Amino acid sequence: MRTAFIQALMDVAAADSRIQLVTADLGYSVVEGFAESFPTRFINCGVAEQLMAGMSAGMAMSGRVVFTYSIANFPTMRCLEQIRNDICYHNVPVKIVAVGGGLAYGAQGYTHHGIEDLAVMAVLPHMTVIAPGDPHEVRALVPQIAALDGPCYLRLGRGGEPVVHAPDAEIVLGKAAVLKIGTDVTLISTGAMLKPALDAVAALAAQGISAGLLSMHTVRPLDVGAIIEVARRTGNLVTVEEHVLAGGLGTMVADALLEAGVPARLKKYGIGAELHGVVGSQAYLRGLIGDLPAMVRSFVEAGR
Amino acid sequence: MVHKAAASHIGACLSMADILAVLYGRVLRIDPQRPHWPDRDRYLLSKGHAAAIVYSALAERGFFPSEWLEQYCQDDGPLPGHISHVGVPGVEVSTGSLGHALPIAVGMALAAKQDGADWKVYVQMSDGECDEGSVWEAILFAAQAGLDNLVVVVDYNKIQSLDRVANVSELEPFADKWRAFRWSVVEVDGHDHDALTQALTSPPARQGRPSVIIAHTVKGKGVSFMEDTVAWHYRSPDADQLAKAVAELSA
Repeated sequence: MRTAFIQALMDVAAADSRIQLVTADLGYSVVEGFAESFPTRFINCGVAEQLMAGMSAGMAMSGRVVFTYSIANFPTMRCLEQIRNDICYHNVPVKIVAVGGGLAYGAQGYTHHGIEDLAVMAVLPHMTVIAPGDPHEVRALVPQIAALDGPCYLRLGRGGEPVVHAPDAEIVLGKAAVLKIGTDVTLISTGAMLKPALDAVAALAAQGISAGLLSMHTVRPLDVGAIIEVARRTGNLVTVEEHVLAGGLGTMVADALLEAGVPARLKKYGIGAELHGVVGSQAYLRGLIGDLPAMVRSFVEAGR
Repeated sequence: MVHKAAASHIGACLSMADILAVLYGRVLRIDPQRPHWPDRDRYLLSKGHAAAIVYSALAERGFFPSEWLEQYCQDDGPLPGHISHVGVPGVEVSTGSLGHALPIAVGMALAAKQDGADWKVYVQMSDGECDEGSVWEAILFAAQAGLDNLVVVVDYNKIQSLDRVANVSELEPFADKWRAFRWSVVEVDGHDHDALTQALTSPPARQGRPSVIIAHTVKGKGVSFMEDTVAWHYRSPDADQLAKAVAELSA
């Protein structure tokens, strides 16, 4: 996803001189191409995330479209108030990019697990929140993010996420991407859980369960229409995210269903407190969340 | 207006009154008819709690009607207690949490440099907010980026919220700290208009360096019972105190 991101950003920057990239001294083997192609529009502000967010706001107030870049929680949590006050309250086009969202940094430990970001970013004024599911979504969404007037948060993976979509799949910011239509249950995935969710759909099909799949790459604004549609079709929804259970996609989907008055059963696949402090790779830690197809299957069977 | 709103921070306002008078009277390149003029100088109040006196200066310069000042902190009024850009012509940024404006100013000054534009960015800071780490992140990088279009004025009244600066986190040797961070430093009496004008209109002592003017000030300046007291950071003047203060300031 990192490679897809930087290539897409360079394409956008070639056509739009307002685009700037600011990093807080991270992005080794990722940002160099941009820095070489656009030396005056690449700024390494040092290991100083509050400065990165604040100065990017100042640049955006002066006519730029600024992408900030760092890993996991550094570009969000470390400078949350600068994002809230300087970027979001002033509604300026700063696009905050975090690489290694979710459990991508696996064995590096809790400090590097970006697992509360979607909840925190989604409550800020004017903020659009995006967690693409594969490199195809990244490539499609980066130009749309650059074209947005206001602030945006973009969560990227870093685990060599495979391309899931067909090359011609249309990805529109704010619209869920439909990968499969099911009749028994619908999985709603965000971020890099898209491939595991797709694998789960295949495993469930082999067991006689017809599962649909939405990629909810845009978490805010949430595509409530798509959620209501699948809720009415299958009655059973499973949200799939590499994020703490509180405040994430599952919470947002539950909220939307309640507000819309659409009855549906909902199961949330996400991270509980029991994972904090456990050492392990992304794959290992995902395994500890639970076996997704087994969880979906028992959920569907319990509702029959 | 502070009395009517039963608001705090009159001491913090008065200590920077002379600085503001010089900036808005003699220094800033601004046009009240065109608050978003691209080539204007930017003035950022980082000590956002001193909003009242900046609103007063903006009204005095004609950015908005002086009647607005009567609505300071009032229900549905235009002017909140901490400075806000929302619907207030002439205010560049909203602050109130300390340590925010200097990073923003660094971004603005960088943008001006990129454009080859000649407008400047002036940041009014307090001494207390120099406790914030974000301030030093920006100080470090502003020098690295050679932002000689960036001017910081520190209202150095030596009193922060709860106590004297010297009793909380002593800033001295303050000028040496800025110099060590590769800034041009000028120290002035922050109530001497000619000295302030000289400092604010002179080019930086060294090309390619950001400038800081350390303005030695007296908190609550001009009102005998407010001057140099910790209490008048938060205390709000009652009717008698207001009358006495106005009499002293008018004398």
